[in-house]
Amino acid sequence: MSELHLPWLELAILFSLIGAIWVSRLKESDDARSKSVLFSGLALAATTGAWLDFDFLDAKEADDSLHLLPHLFGGEVLIIDELSAPLLPLAALLFFLVTLATSQTKVRRFTFAANLFSEALLLATFSCKEPWGIIGLMSLATIPPYLELRSRGKPTHVYIIHMALFVVLLVVGWTFVEIEGIGRIHSLYAVVPLLAAILVRSGIAPFHCWMTDLFEHATFGTALLFVTPIVGAYAAVRLVLPIAPDWMLHSIGLMSLFTAVYAAGMALVQREARRFFCYLFLSHSALVLVGLEIVTPMALTGALCVWLSVGMALGGFGLTLRALEARCGRLSLTRFHGLYEHTPGLAVCFLLTGLASVGFPGTVGYVGTELLVDGAVEAYPITGIAVVIAGALNGIALVKAYFTLFTGTRYASTVSLAILLRERFAVLLLAALIIVGGLYPQAGVVSRHRAAHVLLHERERLAPAPTAVEPHPHEAGDPAHDPHAHH
Amino acid sequence: MFDSHTAFSILGMIVVGAPVVLFCVLGLWSLCSNRPMSERRIVHCVQAAIAAGLLASVSILALMLILGDRHVPIDLGEWVAIKQFHFVFKFEFDRLSVPFVILTFVLCGTISAFCSRYLHREPGFSRFFLFYSLFLLGMVVTSLAGTIETLFTGWEFVGLSSALLIAFYHERSAPVRNGLRVWCVYRVSDAALLVASVVLHHLKGMGDFDQIVQMGPWPLGETTLTGYQALFVGLLLLLAAAGKSAMVPFSGWLPRAMEGPTPSSAVFYGALSVHLGAFLLLRFSPILDRSLCLRVIIIVVGLATAAFGAFAGRVQTDIKCALSFASLTQVGLIVAEIGFGLRYIALIHVMGHACWRTLQFLRAPTLLHDYHLIENALGERPSQPTWFKSTTTPAPSRVWLYRIALERGHLDMMIDNWVVIPFVRVFQWCDAMERRWTDFLSGGKSRESDEVDASTGTLEEFL
Repeated sequence: MSELHLPWLELAILFSLIGAIWVSRLKESDDARSKSVLFSGLALAATTGAWLDFDFLDAKEADDSLHLLPHLFGGEVLIIDELSAPLLPLAALLFFLVTLATSQTKVRRFTFAANLFSEALLLATFSCKEPWGIIGLMSLATIPPYLELRSRGKPTHVYIIHMALFVVLLVVGWTFVEIEGIGRIHSLYAVVPLLAAILVRSGIAPFHCWMTDLFEHATFGTALLFVTPIVGAYAAVRLVLPIAPDWMLHSIGLMSLFTAVYAAGMALVQREARRFFCYLFLSHSALVLVGLEIVTPMALTGALCVWLSVGMALGGFGLTLRALEARCGRLSLTRFHGLYEHTPGLAVCFLLTGLASVGFPGTVGYVGTELLVDGAVEAYPITGIAVVIAGALNGIALVKAYFTLFTGTRYASTVSLAILLRERFAVLLLAALIIVGGLYPQAGVVSRHRAAHVLLHERERLAPAPTAVEPHPHEAGDPAHDPHAHH
Repeated sequence: MFDSHTAFSILGMIVVGAPVVLFCVLGLWSLCSNRPMSERRIVHCVQAAIAAGLLASVSILALMLILGDRHVPIDLGEWVAIKQFHFVFKFEFDRLSVPFVILTFVLCGTISAFCSRYLHREPGFSRFFLFYSLFLLGMVVTSLAGTIETLFTGWEFVGLSSALLIAFYHERSAPVRNGLRVWCVYRVSDAALLVASVVLHHLKGMGDFDQIVQMGPWPLGETTLTGYQALFVGLLLLLAAAGKSAMVPFSGWLPRAMEGPTPSSAVFYGALSVHLGAFLLLRFSPILDRSLCLRVIIIVVGLATAAFGAFAGRVQTDIKCALSFASLTQVGLIVAEIGFGLRYIALIHVMGHACWRTLQFLRAPTLLHDYHLIENALGERPSQPTWFKSTTTPAPSRVWLYRIALERGHLDMMIDNWVVIPFVRVFQWCDAMERRWTDFLSGGKSRESDEVDASTGTLEEFL
């Protein structure tokens, strides 16, 4: 296995953990915010370093250079590969921007220390390929939101029931998988709990209510950071995709397809902005799962591209909504707010990030959505159209929300609601990533295509009867003309 | 060595690049700066971009005529290339796209010059031109698209800019609601075009027009699709075109779109955007030729649209609405012409109609003044043509027809009653069920969002 030039992964997790401990001892919330920005920024720098270093190595996977953790755990724990390489900086970026853009009205409610701890867990999850490691880290990651809900005196039953179900099902399912041996033929005792666990964590209908409940009761920042990295999809890729029988993948795919349309429809009838965001996100994360479960190179590439674009776009979209909430409180969608003239910068960001999430041309989500639609239609000719319908409904929902929030009679405020400097930085950074990713998608798509091939190889390796596999992933960028290639 | 191919490439890049640069400049300014760009600077930027694009496109036309070249593809290379998927950005200059792109630059230039005075000191001046530049970019990309993905890109830009400009006067709720309605129809249209694109990919393995339509540049060429395949793809394209061009049964949005500023109404719904559906059908006309059934359907839709436009337009009391229905009538006729295979006639009809209707829309704000001029010149009021002769049509029928026309054929109501309301009710029911479920799991009220105050509260109260 190749080695990174520096222990980037360990550093990223260490920065977050040290930051969490440090910040938890601070009394002043402003201090807590500035220190959180510092540590999440360092974690972002370390994960970006890991990504660039890995890209430079041109390897299938790599581990940290100092091997500190193997001494403790007796084996390679933190590994970066094609799949996780861009996910790590994306996750760190989301945490950094949410912390940075936390405004004065939110600063007392937002739990900075817990978020740094969550960041450490998330980065460790994305750096981990060991099944039990992933299961343990994902289980631990469910605790900080619960503690926040409890400390704020909010109802926790819905969240606890679903997360407990998720953890138990995951543990039971993987225990049976290990008992039966890693392969592609497993009993229903192993397959069904795993399937159910993924559905619960990914918020696939009818197991999605915990997510709306979390957005109702937790702080927007915490809820946003818990869901937008789409950790459920990561569990699906690492734990389920290699060993799942075809019928299981089809089941997840069809349920996800239904959820994508259902959540898009629900987003249209919501009367409050957080719930609207939650359903919009559910629809998109379900689309990612649709692509992952189709297991064709094109659909898988599309899903992995959409995963990144949705994380980026809906992360920015959520940040914008959070910034609006910081100014006006919880936002009703039953009346016009007329906020455009107050905050044109946020209006532009709202529209840009929203359009990027639905794959509008020129934005980072465009090519991924095209690939996903192509792959879905290829796999399920008729039902694949549902992906297009979900996209259309999501587009309508987001423009409807834009009009509701930013248009209408302008209220003459005596308080300036203009975008703040740090918010502007966050907005511009995301806008730049969305536009540059949209104008120059080749690098990202090729990287996701390689990751898709690695995942397919992994799945083929565990197949009972080996079938022909596609050429080496590094041929992916070769534009040699295939007679069946899609132009 | 500087040859004709290089000249075409440079000029083609200018045609496409000028609107791109314009949109980037205006967009980045609005994103990065606290203050809007000055009106004078905006107008200069817009005029420079349009002049550059127009000069380059006219030069291409001149070169094509001189060299006798009727089909100039400009391939910008593969935007995305992986083993199973190649996304090519390609533009084509041919007998369809060149007139259309020149028309776009001419009309957009005229309208921008008009707007610089019409919208002078309007609070949303810079916002208008930002959306307008997006529209210009969308029209140029759509007109010159050499692949269906490129066409789809421009198609989406046009749709978004249309919806946002209809809602331009966004302090009032009516323009916003109408903008949203238009956006909904456009999304249906976009979805149909996207599905058509995917289907073509799977049938032909590519979205390149040259490959879909082989053996000769437009209007020549034949497709290798079978009759049934052509029918299926053609119906999807017709659905996309019907949404974009307000054909029956989507005609209800056209008068609603008149809520936008008059110049944008002129260029969108009198001239360019409303003809995009016809353009799409013209671009894919070899596919239409493959299926007689498809052509019959197109003719029926076209004639129905023309009849509806003429019928509803008779009773409109607002000049912009009357003009929009007049546009619709002509669009219906153009579509019928395409169905009959009269491609050049349809293209000439599009261009003549677009110019004429733009002029009419721009004169609309001074309609009363124009009437006074005519009356003064004649020395009397001009006689009004009668539509129904009272001797041949019974009075109850006249009233019934009048009401139907006034209600625009109840098309909007039908869509509301049969599609929108059932859809909303189903999901509201689902929402109520979810509430009961989470209430049950929580052992009490589970939704804080119910307490969010919908009434207008002051921002100071919150802060």
